[in-house]
Amino acid sequence: MDKETRELKVTAIENGTVIDHIPANNVFKVIRILNLENNNHQVLFGDNLDSEKYGKKGIIKVSNTFFAPDEINKIALVAPTATLIVIRNFKVVEKTKVEVPDEIIKIVKCFNPGCITNHENITTRFKVIDKAEMKLKCHYCEKSIARNNIIFA
Amino acid sequence: MTMKGKSLISITDYTKDEYLKILETAAGFEANPNQKLLSDKVVASLFFEPSTRTRLSFETAANRLGARVIGFSDSGSTSVQKGETLKDTIIMVSSYADIIVMRHPREGAARWASEVSSVPVINAGDGANQHPTQCMLDLYTILQTQRTLNNLNIAMVGDLKYGRTVHSLVQAMCNFNATFHLVSPQELKLPSVTKMHIKDANLKYEQYTELADVIPFADIIYMTRIQKERFSDPIEYEKVKNSYVLTKAMLEGCKPNMKILHPLPRVNEISEDVDTTKQAYYFKQAENGVYVRQALLATILGAK
Ligand SMILES: [Zn+2]
Repeated sequence: MDKETRELKVTAIENGTVIDHIPANNVFKVIRILNLENNNHQVLFGDNLDSEKYGKKGIIKVSNTFFAPDEINKIALVAPTATLIVIRNFKVVEKTKVEVPDEIIKIVKCFNPGCITNHENITTRFKVIDKAEMKLKCHYCEKSIARNNIIFA
Repeated sequence: MTMKGKSLISITDYTKDEYLKILETAAGFEANPNQKLLSDKVVASLFFEPSTRTRLSFETAANRLGARVIGFSDSGSTSVQKGETLKDTIIMVSSYADIIVMRHPREGAARWASEVSSVPVINAGDGANQHPTQCMLDLYTILQTQRTLNNLNIAMVGDLKYGRTVHSLVQAMCNFNATFHLVSPQELKLPSVTKMHIKDANLKYEQYTELADVIPFADIIYMTRIQKERFSDPIEYEKVKNSYVLTKAMLEGCKPNMKILHPLPRVNEISEDVDTTKQAYYFKQAENGVYVRQALLATILGAK
């Protein structure tokens, strides 16, 4: 039994989704972005697990929940290396990498204090202007935001 | 190409052809300013922060077109001060007026307004972000003085870091194969984002710290004000405050077609002895703002 199967097995889920290779310490951000706090299904997660590829990683397993690409791609902001594994009947049926979306809606707060979105109740919108660097541009104030200035709403 | 009903929030909202069409229409208004094309229209002029110059220019444009103007010149005396959201103000006003001209201290306010308004919105300045009609009147003035927008040497002088008119004009002139000569103190250099626009357009720019260096070859010298509050170190300001002042004596040896522009108001960066030279064009530039705004109002309201 290889390491991955073993890991999945320990807390195996019958049907659902495993989000693997989340950068360590970003697990809670992913949980928040996917709104898993309000999910009624079983959610298992681990953080700072040993990973051959990344040193330390996080993992989340959600029973009976399957994500649409739009929804899952939101996590690219905090977990660009994440892999999505779809499980049916304890078997891996699909494995995909997250993709950086063209637009980020709602989950990010504009870092510009003078931006109108920080003063009225407005759903934020950002264009991803550089997918490799994860650089965003606010649809409203038109300011560019570097990865390390991204603030989650 | 139809600009009817289309808001103007950011200079990138209009294509190059759309700009050129507006400039052409503006020339018609300069030749014949009083055309009652909008006598059945109401223009709302909403200035959430005061800007006398811009407001008078827009209101003059609306009046020359025969439109009626409603609005306020300072939100201090309105329901906004009582805590009304921008959204509610805009929804209400858009049910009264046919078009909204607005100035607001927050960046992105005009974009947001255009999304909740049922009528088109013209951005007359949203914080440090955009002021597209200023950019269009700058283009109009450059075209008028040089008879072309193509292949010009444009010198931009002063606060190139915070001056939004500078950023917009650089971006717009990238469509016309310009060469940029950027004159500023170290602390107020053009931001790298704007330099990227120039690079992306495969155009050239050079940076200078001496104003005198660019005078011999510039077609346009675009002056801006250097504000003390932009400097982290007041000593730096004291060092540079008098080194970006254009005087009549400095103009000797300039190109015969060279014109000096300035978005106004000026403080001391253009000495008054320049006003009577044939290079001075900043007051005419301000006048041009009325024709360009007439063109925008008439075009967006479908009368041109
Ligand atoms: Zn913003």
